[in-house]
Amino acid sequence: MVKHPPPIPIFEPHQDEVSCCGSSLAPPAGQHERAGYTICRFVDDFIETDSGPVPRVATRLSLYDKAGSIMVRLGARRDSYRIAPGLYCVGNPRHDSPVLATANYKLTFDTVRRELAGRDVWILVLDTRGINVWCASAHKTFGTDELIRMIGTSGLEKVVSHRQLVVPQLGASGVNAPALRKACGFEVVWGPLRASELPRFLAASCRADPAMRKLSFKMAERLVLAPVELTMALKPSLFILAAMFFVSGLGPEFFSLKQAWARWQFFASAFLSGLFAGTIIVPALLPWLPFRSFYLKGIVVALPVAVAIVFGGGTGFSTETIAQMLICLSVSSYAAMNFTGATPFASPSGVEKEMRRAIPLQAGMVLGALALLLVQPFLR
Amino acid sequence: MKGFRYISDVVSLKLNEEVCIGCGNCETVCPHQVFELAGRKARIIDRDGCMECGACANNCPVDAIAVTPGVGCATYVIKKWWQEIRGKEGPITCC
Repeated sequence: MVKHPPPIPIFEPHQDEVSCCGSSLAPPAGQHERAGYTICRFVDDFIETDSGPVPRVATRLSLYDKAGSIMVRLGARRDSYRIAPGLYCVGNPRHDSPVLATANYKLTFDTVRRELAGRDVWILVLDTRGINVWCASAHKTFGTDELIRMIGTSGLEKVVSHRQLVVPQLGASGVNAPALRKACGFEVVWGPLRASELPRFLAASCRADPAMRKLSFKMAERLVLAPVELTMALKPSLFILAAMFFVSGLGPEFFSLKQAWARWQFFASAFLSGLFAGTIIVPALLPWLPFRSFYLKGIVVALPVAVAIVFGGGTGFSTETIAQMLICLSVSSYAAMNFTGATPFASPSGVEKEMRRAIPLQAGMVLGALALLLVQPFLR
Repeated sequence: MKGFRYISDVVSLKLNEEVCIGCGNCETVCPHQVFELAGRKARIIDRDGCMECGACANNCPVDAIAVTPGVGCATYVIKKWWQEIRGKEGPITCC
């Protein structure tokens, strides 16, 4: 089926040649270098198959890969962090080696290949528009049609003799296994939920035990998501803070810069503490917070801050402290509600139900704060 | 999933046990162990654990399961409501 010639190096072996520009002459272009293309840094080599050369990828992440992971975890360039879809491999796979399907979000691809050290497997990367398996399967970009298309374009039928495909379990909302078998003869073997279970899964000849099928949402898994939530809140936050500055300055003399600065500091700190509570404290304390609805969890967490605002400064209840309190509570509540999308257990019906209650409450708090902010300068 | 429970009695999940052929696909793909195979039929053992991802219904060969799939994400819901208000249609992205 597949012949196995010795692997062809990307670059030809270096030969000592006399050079005058620089210390030594760089090697000539390798046979896989093509005009207009760049060979990815994570590609070690190419192996020849009946469907053409297939890139073999490293299982160790380089500094470059790690820097990229940190960058997208902070929320930068997340929308364009992707690799080319197609067939890749690890080790020296043969015609009977397993095929793993995954997404073309580079963070996903890196997570998968890192777990495959010492294995001989094929990796079929689908074009999920640079989005992870789970989100992509909800939008069907990680789905039956895309799998069929990619099996066809990669020439997988000629590369492997078997007709089995390991699909991550979280891809099941997009991939219809009975339909795939009917359409192209490939049988779906449901893989583990987490890529970190791949070594155990492969060692058990592609059988997932119950532990591999269970979700988790540990402290580290929750907190790694917080920076992205903060980055996504950055743009609207800057806009809100600017608007707050303008509103803070409004008074009997129309606009006072001095008054704006003095009041803005109070309201901005209330806003930022609410944002911190909702995006960092709520995810951190998630399993221990009372109430099932996230908007209430956000209020619970911000409540101590609100109390500190009112009684910490020794002023007690005043138009100013009540406005601050409302800002802090509404922002924390909204940010906590937004975290539903990052959790692996919030149902859309539940999110809609809580939002029907939360949005009027949050809007009411914001309008109340705004009214107090506008009225207060005239009360002196 | 231990320690995590969301709002109860809301999910749209329905199983028609008469149509079910007991293939066990739903039990395999569900990330929250909502189904259990009892004899030659599947049954729902943890309805409130369902997050409506739609994996079970998508992989049921006889359409015995009905669920309105979607993403449990506030941003998504806001975009969806906004689309409904403006009377427009089209795909919504949230991730």
